[in-house]
Formats: sequence, structure tokens, C-alpha cells
Amino acid sequence: MSTTEKKGLDLKSLEPVPSEFSKEVLARFAVEVAKYPNEQKQSAVMACLSIVQQINGFVDASDELFLSKYLDMSPMAVHEVSTFYNMYNLEPLGKFKINVCTNLPCQLRGGLNALEYLCKKLDAAVGETTKDGLFTLQPGECMGACADAPVLLVNDRNMCSFMSMEKIDQLIDGLKHVAVKGDQA
Amino acid sequence: MNTDLNKLLSQFKATGVETSFHGRHIKPQILDGLNGTNWSVKDYEARGGYQALRKILGKDGGEGLTQDQVIATVKESGLRGRGGAGFPTGLKWSFMPRQFPGQKYLVCNSDEGEPGTFKDRDIMQFNPHIVIEGMAIAAYAMGISVGYNYIHGEIFETYERFQIALEEARAAGYLGTQILGSTFSFQLHATHGFGAYICGEETALLESLEGKKGQPRFKPPFPASYGLYGKPTTINNTETFAAVPWIIRNGGQAYLQCGKPNNGGTKIYSISGDVERPGNYEIPMGTPFSVLLELAGGVKGGRALKAVIPGGSSAPILPANIMMDITMDYDSIAKAGSMLGSGAVIVLDETRCMVKTLLRLSYFYMHESCGQCTPCREGTGWLWRVVDRIEKGEGRESDLALLDNVAENIMGRTICALGDAAAMPVRGMLKHFRDEFQYHIAHKTCLVAATV
Repeated sequence: MSTTEKKGLDLKSLEPVPSEFSKEVLARFAVEVAKYPNEQKQSAVMACLSIVQQINGFVDASDELFLSKYLDMSPMAVHEVSTFYNMYNLEPLGKFKINVCTNLPCQLRGGLNALEYLCKKLDAAVGETTKDGLFTLQPGECMGACADAPVLLVNDRNMCSFMSMEKIDQLIDGLKHVAVKGDQA
Repeated sequence: MNTDLNKLLSQFKATGVETSFHGRHIKPQILDGLNGTNWSVKDYEARGGYQALRKILGKDGGEGLTQDQVIATVKESGLRGRGGAGFPTGLKWSFMPRQFPGQKYLVCNSDEGEPGTFKDRDIMQFNPHIVIEGMAIAAYAMGISVGYNYIHGEIFETYERFQIALEEARAAGYLGTQILGSTFSFQLHATHGFGAYICGEETALLESLEGKKGQPRFKPPFPASYGLYGKPTTINNTETFAAVPWIIRNGGQAYLQCGKPNNGGTKIYSISGDVERPGNYEIPMGTPFSVLLELAGGVKGGRALKAVIPGGSSAPILPANIMMDITMDYDSIAKAGSMLGSGAVIVLDETRCMVKTLLRLSYFYMHESCGQCTPCREGTGWLWRVVDRIEKGEGRESDLALLDNVAENIMGRTICALGDAAAMPVRGMLKHFRDEFQYHIAHKTCLVAATV
């Protein structure tokens, strides 16, 4: 008997319940699935996970369970994908995830300085989320935009190029402003 | 919130002005006539786009080309794979079992993540239809009815741009069933990665496209016999497909003559690092490196050139004196002991510390090893840790021999080339800059005032 059972914990209650998604989101999933042969729905798992992340900020076991049913694959097969690819967030992060490329070509043109500047400006270490929950800072590997260095990604889908310190100031101030305005709305 | 957010973020988007619209190409074919706004199907047609597709289908008033004729033309052109391996494209196409009765697939490898490379992004962002046309021609030549373009997850806006271009091409009748009223049908879809360098390896890409973690497959069987969903599949790089329409319009011989024997055509070189004007430069194969460096504005700040990584981070580094004597083509760079790879030229000036340079690359390969093969999974960690301790002034006399030993024990012992890619920069560094590593170990500090 395991310790949890001895304590009388209801293991059933720990099992994830499949997430629910709106009609609009389901329609986006369907567009992805339609790209592949009928018996190969699993091919859409990367795109569907990234759509979930775009909406919720991260993916969890409930999302994986939903997608496993939706795409005819085992929950573990979905989890294998979400844990293999670097850009999936497996836990809630700040409202804005910022990845700064620090690979060699970017490092030669101020990539690392940009990350250090952001850390100082936001008073957060690499990998941390700021206390106000707005920003998570991460280093990134090659984004395929080396001539644009310093380069960073905001929430996976938005690349910002030539990010000098002045532009970083402008970006961070702007994001803070957007967040405050969003909360008031 | 989204409108405000998009408005804010749009200010920081790259426009391509610095990287591709500098007017400093030599006889460009793929990047010719682009300005950042003329990427739509109408603009592409105005540049002569989709004429090659019309030509092979006999929809330009001519007789059309047979599958064999298309493949023969591509063979004659001397076009070699632009993704890194440099394999002859026409030959690859001829491996496809054209008479195979079942489904076959065409895949474009746009998972551009080799540090230093950023050409495929600009091609797809600013000239997406040239890739679509190239793929349609390839599909026709090999009798393929379905294709996918697997795009690097970090360039999501480019993925979205490519999806719009696909819609345009379908609406204009260049994709879909019975293209331009012919009997040829081809469906093409865009798909994306999400942060895994290894998926640039063709069989890892196929696994990823099947909705799995991207761990490379053992070869053989090669994709031409067992590819996507176990079906015959041909995979080429984005720039390779983009070269095809020009070849069909102008002939294989004309393309070959743009470059040099066995190295046909133009090539887009992505230059990064210590140059005045980092960016993409499309120039004929066989152009001297010194000319390319000049196009890129020379070494930054007028400093002296120290070394160049000529073909992406996996390519062995070459010192300045060797680089200044070579031409930019597969054979010349191979003869000098490195490789053209993806055409990513990383320039290092005299102030750069080679230990620190290698340290960053070794970290990258350790981070991106998929973990499937022990020599790579463990060996990349060893390489990084040993270089790290040399950099920190904790290096031991025996460390250079250890690095050689670990690198040797990775090479040729893994399923895919990532192991070799991690080992080659180490060996290149130790070959050409051994003194600098020895100095670091003996003096616990750098030979140059490190600014990397």
C-alpha cells in the first residue's frame, strides 16, 4: 500500500479532467487537423498545443488529456511532445514571456547584454517571473534572425528586432501600459 | 488589449531593409527586386513568377516538360542542397520511386535554427511564392500530390505570412486539384516547430511532423523509401526550392554558369557577428570571401579579422589568412578543412576570445542534444564542462587531450549529425587556435581582452 492510500487520499480527485474549449478555439484546432490525412490527426498536436498556450499562457495535464482524446493519441504521447519542445510552458508564467537570443552570433552583437539589461531593469533573474507577475525572462537559442541582434520573442509569436537599450525601455514601458489598460478594461 | 499590444509590438518588427534590401547582392535570383511589400501573388507574377510552373505544365503556349526533363534540367544546373549537406538536388529527386502507387510526400525544411543562418526567414517573409512555385515544380517532377512546409517555431509571423501566401496560390489556381487546368494536382500545407534545433535534421523533422518528439531515425531506410507516415518522401531546404523556378525558366546550363563547375547558381550567405552590415547577401557561388566581406561593410569598427565560421555553427572555424584566400563554394571551403553548410558566415574580429566563443557553442549543442544516443547526450555535456572550466581558469594540462578524445568518441557514433556538429567546432578550434587554449590553461586568463 502506498503512503497516499494509507492517508486516505482520494487519488481519483488528483486525476486531470479534460479541459474545455470554446467554439472558436475548436474551429482553430479543426483547421490544423484538416491539413493531415484522416488517420494522422496526431500530426496536429504541435499546433494545437501552441494554440492552447497562446490562449492560456501554458499547457497542463487537462489540456493534454483533452488533446489526446481529440487527436486519437495517448495522453503520454501528448506529454512527450509538450516536454520535448523548448517553447511550451508547462506552468503559469508572467503575462509576458520574453526570450532573448544569447547564441553566439547574437552574443557577438549584444544579445547577452540585452538579457542582462532586462534582468536589471525588471529586477528579476534569468528564468524568474517579476513580482508583479508581468514578465518572465528566459534566454533563448538561435531564432534564425542573427543579423537583427539583439533579438527577443514576446509570448512565442512576436519577434522584436534590433533591441537596443532604448528600444527595450520602450517595449517594457509599453507592455506595462498595455497590461494596466487591460486590467482596467 | 490585443490591438494595443499588436500596435506596440509592430514597431519592433524587422522590415528586411537592413538584412535583404540593401542593394548589395551580385546577380541575385531569389532576392531580386524585393522591397518588403511586394510579396503577394500579384507582385510575384509581375516579376515573372509562376512562369516556370506554366512552362512545365505546357500552359505558356509550349509543349510542357516531362517529369524526366524537369529532373534532367535540375541535374544539369548543378544545384546542391542549400540546407547544409550540399547533396545534388536533381540526384535526390531521381531517387524517388516515381511509379510507387501509394501516397508520396514532399517536405520543405524551413526549420532554420543553425546559429548564424537567417536566409530562409527572409525568403519566406518577402518572397513566399518562390518557395511555393519551387515545391509545385518538384512535386510535379516526382509525381507527388501532398506537401508540407515545416517552419521554425520562432518565426511565427513568417509562418502566418506563408499561410496567407498559400491561400493566395490556391485562389489563383497554382495549388490544389488540376493546377492551371492540367492533370497535375498538388496540395501544400504549412506546419510549424516549437523550439527544437534537432528538428532541422530531416528524420527528426519527419517525426515532429507526425506529432512526436523530434528524435532522428536511423538511416537507412532513407526518406525516399520510408519517410513521412512511412511513405516515400523527398525533403529539401527552403532556399533549394526557391532556386528551382529560375532554373526551369532559364535552363540548367545558365544556372550552372552563374557559379562554378559542381557548384551551380547563386547562394544566399547570411553574415553575422563582427561586420558593419550583417545581413543576407545573394552572390554567385565561387565569389571570393574577401568580396563578400566587403559587401557586408568589412570588419566592424575597422578592426582586423581574426577568424570566420564559414557555414553555420557546426562548421569548423577557419583563421583569417585561410579565409581571405578562399572562394565561397562547397568545394573550396571543404578543401580548406571546413564546410559551406547553410551559408551562415559568422565573423570574429581580433578582440574575440576563442575559448569563450567555443563555450557558447558547446553549451548550445549540449542544450539541443535530443538525448537518444549516449555519445552525444553525455559527450556534449563533457565538452561544455571542460571548455567551461578552461574559461573559468580551472583548466588542467590534460584538458586539450581530453577535448580531442571526447570529440573523437562522439564523431561517427551517433544516429544523426548533431554529434558531429558538436564535435567539429571543438576540433576546428583546437586545430587552429590551440595556443590560445593552452594560454588560458597556463595563465588562467585570456590571451585577448575578452569582449565576447
